[in-house]
Amino acid sequence: MVIYGVSLLAFCMLFGVYVGDLLGELLGVQANVGGVGISMLLLIVLSNVSSKRFHLKPVSESGIQFWSALYIPIVVAMAAKQNVAAALSGGWMALTAGVAAVAVSFLLIPLLSRFGGSNAPLPETIEGSEP
Amino acid sequence: MDALSQLLVKNGIITGFVFVGVVMWFSYWLSDRITRGRIHGSAIAIGLGLVLAWVGGAVTGGNKGIADITVFSGVALLGGAMFRDFAIIATAYGANLDAIKKAGIAGALSVVIGVVLSFVVGAVTAVLFGYTDPVAISTIGAGAATYIVGPVTGTALGASSDLIALSVAAGLVKSVLVMVATPLVASSIGLNNPQSAMVYGGLMGTTSGVAGGLAATDARLVPYGAMTATFYTGVGCLLAPSVLFFAVKALVA
Repeated sequence: MVIYGVSLLAFCMLFGVYVGDLLGELLGVQANVGGVGISMLLLIVLSNVSSKRFHLKPVSESGIQFWSALYIPIVVAMAAKQNVAAALSGGWMALTAGVAAVAVSFLLIPLLSRFGGSNAPLPETIEGSEP
Repeated sequence: MDALSQLLVKNGIITGFVFVGVVMWFSYWLSDRITRGRIHGSAIAIGLGLVLAWVGGAVTGGNKGIADITVFSGVALLGGAMFRDFAIIATAYGANLDAIKKAGIAGALSVVIGVVLSFVVGAVTAVLFGYTDPVAISTIGAGAATYIVGPVTGTALGASSDLIALSVAAGLVKSVLVMVATPLVASSIGLNNPQSAMVYGGLMGTTSGVAGGLAATDARLVPYGAMTATFYTGVGCLLAPSVLFFAVKALVA
C-alpha cells in the first residue's frame, strides 16, 4: 500500500527531528542539530536493509518516490517565499558578507572533496529526464 | 472576484500546487524554447521563484515573498519547513550508502570548516566596515554562516535588533546566491558526484540554498548535499556564540 511508504517516510522524519532536538538540548544550543540529516540516514539504512521481513513492495515505494519527485516544486515554492527584498536591501555590508562567504566556500570544495578516494556514480532518478 | 480570492485563500495549499505547477511549466517551456535546454528548467523555476518572491516583497513590504500577496499565501505552506524537510528526506530513499561512508570524514570536516570559514569572512567584513564591538562582529560573522545562526548568536550575546537584522540579511544573501550561482559554477568546482555534493552541503550550510542550488544543478545530488547541510546550522549555533565569540573577543580587545 502506498501509505506504508508515506508512513515510513513520516516516521523517519519524526524520529530524526526528535533526535536532533535532543542533541540540541544536550549540547545546550537552541537549534535542531542535524535532525533532517539523521532522518535521511535512517531512511537510507532502512532502504538498504535487504531482509525479507522488511522489504517495501514497489507500490509502497511509490509513496516515498512521490514526495521525492515533488522535491523541486517544493523548492520552487520555498524560493518564492524567501525575503528576497530584504536580502537585497540589507545594505552593502550584508551583501559583501554574504557574497564573500559564498565565494570563499566555493573555492574550498575541490580541495575537500579529494579526501575520500574515487567518486561513486550517481543513481538514476525516477523522473529520468534530469540531467 | 472576492468569492474567488476567498476560495483560493481557504484552499491555500491547493492554490500553491497550481501556482508552482504553472511556474514549473512556464520555466520548462522557457528552458526548451529560449535556451534550447542549456539552462535546466528547474534552475529557471527556482530563479523565477526568487524573482516572484522579490515582487511579492516589493509590492507588499512583507517578509514572506509572494506569499504576502493574500491569494498566494498557500505557497508559504507548500514551501514551508515541514514539506521541505519531508521532501528532502524522501530524496534520500535509495541513496548509495557506500558513497556516504566514503565521504563521511570529508563531509563531517567540511561542516566545521564551513562554519568557521563563513564566520571569519563575515567577521572580517564587519571589521572592514568599521565595527569594533566583539558582539557586533560575532553576530554579523554568524549571519554569514546562515540566517538562523546569526539571530541565535545575536540573541545569545545580547546584540541589538538592527545588528540581528543585518545578520539575517547577510545569511539571506548567501542563501539566495548559493541557489543562483551553484548551477553556474558546478562544473568548474567539480560538483558532479555524491562526495563533492556532501562537501558542498557542509561548506555552504544554508539548507535552502544548498537544496535549491543542487536541485537546479542535478537533482540526484540533492540528498547528499542536504544531509551534511542540515548539520551546519546546529554546529553553527554551537560554535558561534561560544568558541568563535571568545576568539573574536580575544583578538579585538
